[in-house]
Amino acid sequence: MFKIVRYSFQDLLRSRWSYVYFAFYLLLGFVMLFLNHDLAKGVITLMNVIIILVPLIATIFGVMYYYSSREFTALLLAQPIRRSRIFLGQYLGVAGSLSLSLVLGLGLPFVLYGLFRSPAIWDFVLLLVTGVFLNLIFTALAFLVALSNDNRIKGFGYAVLLWLFLAVVYDGIFLLSLILFEEYPLDSFALGATLLNPIDLSRTLILLKLDISALLGYTGAVFKAFFGTSLGMLVSLGVLGLWTAAPVAALVRKARHKDF
Amino acid sequence: MKPLTLLLFLLCLPGPARAQVLEVCASCPLPTVAAGLEQAAPYDTVWVRSGVYRESGLRIEKPLTLMGEAGAVIDGEHQGEIMQVASDSVSVLGLHLRNVGVSYTQDHAALRVIKSKYFRLENLKLEGLFFGIYLEKSSQGQVCNNQILGDAKEEFNSGNGIQLWYCQDVEVSGNTVHRVRDGIYLEFSDRIQIAGNISSGNVRYGLHFMFSNHDTYTNNLFEDNGAGVAVMFSKDIEMVGNTFRKNWGTASFGLLLKEINDARIAGNRFEENTVGISIEGSNRIEYLNNDFRANGWAIKVRGACYTNLFSGNNFMHNSFDVSYNSKVNDNRFEGNYWSAYSGYDLDRNGYGDVPHRPVKLFSYIVNRTPETLVLLRSPFMDLIDFSERVSPVFTPDNLLDPEPLIRPRP
Amino acid sequence: MIEITNLHKRFGKNTVLSGVNLSLQEPGIHAVLGPNGSGKTTLIKSILGMVCPDQGSISIGGQPTGGQWLYRKDLGYLPQIAEFPGNLKVGELFRMIEDLRQQPAAPEPLVERFGLQPFLNKKLSTLSGGTRQKVNLVLTFMFEPPVYILDEPTTGLDPGALIALKELIRTRVGSGALFLITTHIMPLVEEMAQSVIYLLEGKVYFEGSLKTLYTLTGKTHVEPAIAAIAARHHV
Repeated sequence: MFKIVRYSFQDLLRSRWSYVYFAFYLLLGFVMLFLNHDLAKGVITLMNVIIILVPLIATIFGVMYYYSSREFTALLLAQPIRRSRIFLGQYLGVAGSLSLSLVLGLGLPFVLYGLFRSPAIWDFVLLLVTGVFLNLIFTALAFLVALSNDNRIKGFGYAVLLWLFLAVVYDGIFLLSLILFEEYPLDSFALGATLLNPIDLSRTLILLKLDISALLGYTGAVFKAFFGTSLGMLVSLGVLGLWTAAPVAALVRKARHKDF
Repeated sequence: MKPLTLLLFLLCLPGPARAQVLEVCASCPLPTVAAGLEQAAPYDTVWVRSGVYRESGLRIEKPLTLMGEAGAVIDGEHQGEIMQVASDSVSVLGLHLRNVGVSYTQDHAALRVIKSKYFRLENLKLEGLFFGIYLEKSSQGQVCNNQILGDAKEEFNSGNGIQLWYCQDVEVSGNTVHRVRDGIYLEFSDRIQIAGNISSGNVRYGLHFMFSNHDTYTNNLFEDNGAGVAVMFSKDIEMVGNTFRKNWGTASFGLLLKEINDARIAGNRFEENTVGISIEGSNRIEYLNNDFRANGWAIKVRGACYTNLFSGNNFMHNSFDVSYNSKVNDNRFEGNYWSAYSGYDLDRNGYGDVPHRPVKLFSYIVNRTPETLVLLRSPFMDLIDFSERVSPVFTPDNLLDPEPLIRPRP
Repeated sequence: MIEITNLHKRFGKNTVLSGVNLSLQEPGIHAVLGPNGSGKTTLIKSILGMVCPDQGSISIGGQPTGGQWLYRKDLGYLPQIAEFPGNLKVGELFRMIEDLRQQPAAPEPLVERFGLQPFLNKKLSTLSGGTRQKVNLVLTFMFEPPVYILDEPTTGLDPGALIALKELIRTRVGSGALFLITTHIMPLVEEMAQSVIYLLEGKVYFEGSLKTLYTLTGKTHVEPAIAAIAARHHV
């Protein structure tokens, strides 16, 4: 499998998109720090970018790569290689190169601005960890959608809709249910609804790390009591891990029974 | 002024009637402060040499100057109050008072001034407190450059650093108050000048006004308090050039205004507070040229507030700039800088060409259902905020800054 | 070597294979004939494991292939349309496949034979259709598996390359390989095939040697012979 990862990775390193992506993050990091000069503020602004753009880019890139590497896939399918390895390999190649672009692209400017001497380093590390998770999750979802749809346009549409749902629509429903049921204690509900969506979970993890919990009143205290402990952190990372594992498992299952 | 130069200066003064200096030290003829005070004639100076004096319940009943050498400590050993001043024209300088008795029935203070005028409390250091300096029905005095360090943990069993009760025309300046209940507390006290103090780490408020009018506080720093400054049921208060920082906690704020009329709040900095200014039932207040940075809410308006003016303020990177819980607006926003402003300035006159609406729909929703705040910074919220900004439905229609600044006021 | 029993496959509402039985034991060239949409490519892809049959089984060398992957070591597959990752160079592609298959490969003589030396450092996306087909051929023939599956191998080949391909096939047959070839070029079948499999609407209508085909139909060429078989069944 690692050969496939390597070849996918090499393939991506040659395509200009990885560099565009890398350059985008690099530019973003520098501009952010140039405008702010404050690493801690930079982390907050970056969070907005990470929770919206990372999933979107991973979705688009994953779908694009899947469809454009159909030839490669066809070539591999006739070789003595396990099917699951082919798709896992390609998936890891894409998710890996996206994550590398993210970590290096954002990491370099921050390191140059003295990240290692800044107390913001752990916030930044958490930001990157959730960013990498979002990459893994949304690339897997994109692969899954693309694998289920041979029609490129449809696959692209469904993948973007899925992103839209998790990034925007979900919160709309979340908000509506909070308002509709405002008579009831909502803290556990809010906590559960946050855990169920990887984008919300990432956002909350970072916000709480940045100590915005004080704004949240009692709910904030409940959240802080949950996410603030190392157990809560472990659960959150576990949920993110689950969010990664589930689509990957579905991907492998789907790949096993698909006709090419 | 250093105590010694001050001493020399005092010695050169032509005293009203053969002013003397009485020395107090362990091996002196006057081994205790109480003895010194007893012996002293009006307008004498009692000079306390370095050393620890285990005394409490001291009472000054004649005009005099009580001065401590560096290292002069009066230790109350937790026996009630350490010292009371009950005469006009008393100065207490350079002493270190510690270990006040804690009581649940009486407000013991390290130093209490009762019905006195022309007092001066300067360069004192107070530690091991219940109440620190307690001014009672006194006027025309100064409380300057003192250090008050408490160890308060809860509100109910701690006292205030500097308390003024029915006082007039007192200057409170250059003091440092740390870890008490209220750093400085004013009740029924008028024309008080509070300047250049640092009030930090206090359990309740950095500075607290109740029923006090015509007071001024300028250039103070309020940092990391349970809440910064509370101004309640008072009028005509000047608040200028103060810094309110890191008053961060669920019910915390930089400045609370409750039933305040005719005040001026200018040139202050509000940084990283949960709420910058929380306003309830306060009218005719001018908010000018303040800086609001990185607060949860810069301004939270609750209840009826009329005819207030917000002008020339910088609102930068607050989670919410202005929060309103009513649909009626009678307040004006003019020429402020809003980092959230997304307009443009085509005629390059320094003011945005389209008005700015500082109240987000999200803040309106949060007022209604506080739990929705878990959706802070969600893209969905940005989206509905945007649509509300384009065509307001829920927020007051006339609540806008018609000419927002394009660049922050320096 | 290849044993197919009762193979069924539907794509949605389309039945593509309905009960294909085949037994190919002899080394040599077996031509799969049939009109477009008769299920040739699906049959081939089923053997390769790229299509999962709904029913029936396939075994190669006595081993069932369902869910397996290692047996593809014994298969050389030439797809109908040569699709390659466009970013790779020709030489890299050869090395990559060699690396992935973990089998000894000898691309050099083939590269020479098909005149591909000038293209080794070109990206695959820049190649013409004919050249791609040659690359495709090198990929298939650079290993020496016992079974070859060629889907329309002559597409886009110039006469020289065609002659080289025929020689190559003959040599491999000589060393005991089995070829399964789909093609529309009947003279090629007449020239080279030992046996013919005629597939129509997902069923095998004829399986046997050329000679049997001729005697059965009384024709002397493949084209009219299979036309006769098709006609007979449709009456």
